[in-house]
Amino acid sequence: MTDPIFIIPCSGIGKAYGTISREATYCVVEDLRKGETDTLCLSLLVSGDEETQRLVKSHRCIAIDGCPLECAKKNLEFSCAKLTANFRVIDLLKEHRKLKPKSITFLDKAGRELTKFLADKIALKVDELNRGETAS
Amino acid sequence: MSSPLKIGVVSCSGEGYVEGTISRIATRLVLERLRPNNTVTICLPLFLTGEKGERMFAKYFPTIAVDGCEKRCAEKAIEKYSGKTAHSIVVADLLNVWDIEKPRSRRNLNEKEMKVASKIAEEIATAIDTLCMNGRRRKSANI
Repeated sequence: MTDPIFIIPCSGIGKAYGTISREATYCVVEDLRKGETDTLCLSLLVSGDEETQRLVKSHRCIAIDGCPLECAKKNLEFSCAKLTANFRVIDLLKEHRKLKPKSITFLDKAGRELTKFLADKIALKVDELNRGETAS
Repeated sequence: MSSPLKIGVVSCSGEGYVEGTISRIATRLVLERLRPNNTVTICLPLFLTGEKGERMFAKYFPTIAVDGCEKRCAEKAIEKYSGKTAHSIVVADLLNVWDIEKPRSRRNLNEKEMKVASKIAEEIATAIDTLCMNGRRRKSANI
């Protein structure tokens, strides 16, 4: 079995986009690609935790950001992580303009649908990476 | 009429651990249900990345750090960049003190685990009330 790919969401807590990034991550890590993927705390990485820094340097990572500020992607790049792909919830919203998530703590129907779309995209990317394909 | 004192509630958001999920949900419960008029939150990674607005807020307004584990990412970050927190809560410590079994899923909390998150939220709300009361006392002492 190959090393897990780390899926790292942005940790956003103020908007529904952050919740979607996190829920989609859990959906991949615990259901869709369980065993092939894992996650870790972005805050721990940004705080300089040595073990977390080591893990992102030695394993492939996918950043999942809620908003254009791209905290996950930028901090992974800053940590010299093996960043192999990144997704943004706001890009997904452009593809599904009718879905307007509102609730933050517990996602509403629109938020859950977006989560499913995002999780499927991440899972496909994991498959690509595990097959050795690199195109985004 | 003066606007209510705003307090920043900063959760560690930790995705990797169940305590992070509890800290995040407890923080949202405070923001949305228990003390919506007194509270704001900031994204910790955004704060750590150096976002000026987030850091300025934490510098000039009282903050409560809500951390999942003993690594205390939220508390340490605020104290490093914006000064001392007004109050700090560590979920893992409270679970020990209350002798509550650690929830299992970092993704979904069941009914019993939601009650634990609510209990943590009440702790945060109590800390907010204390800070607001102290703020009012200081204000009236200055009159």
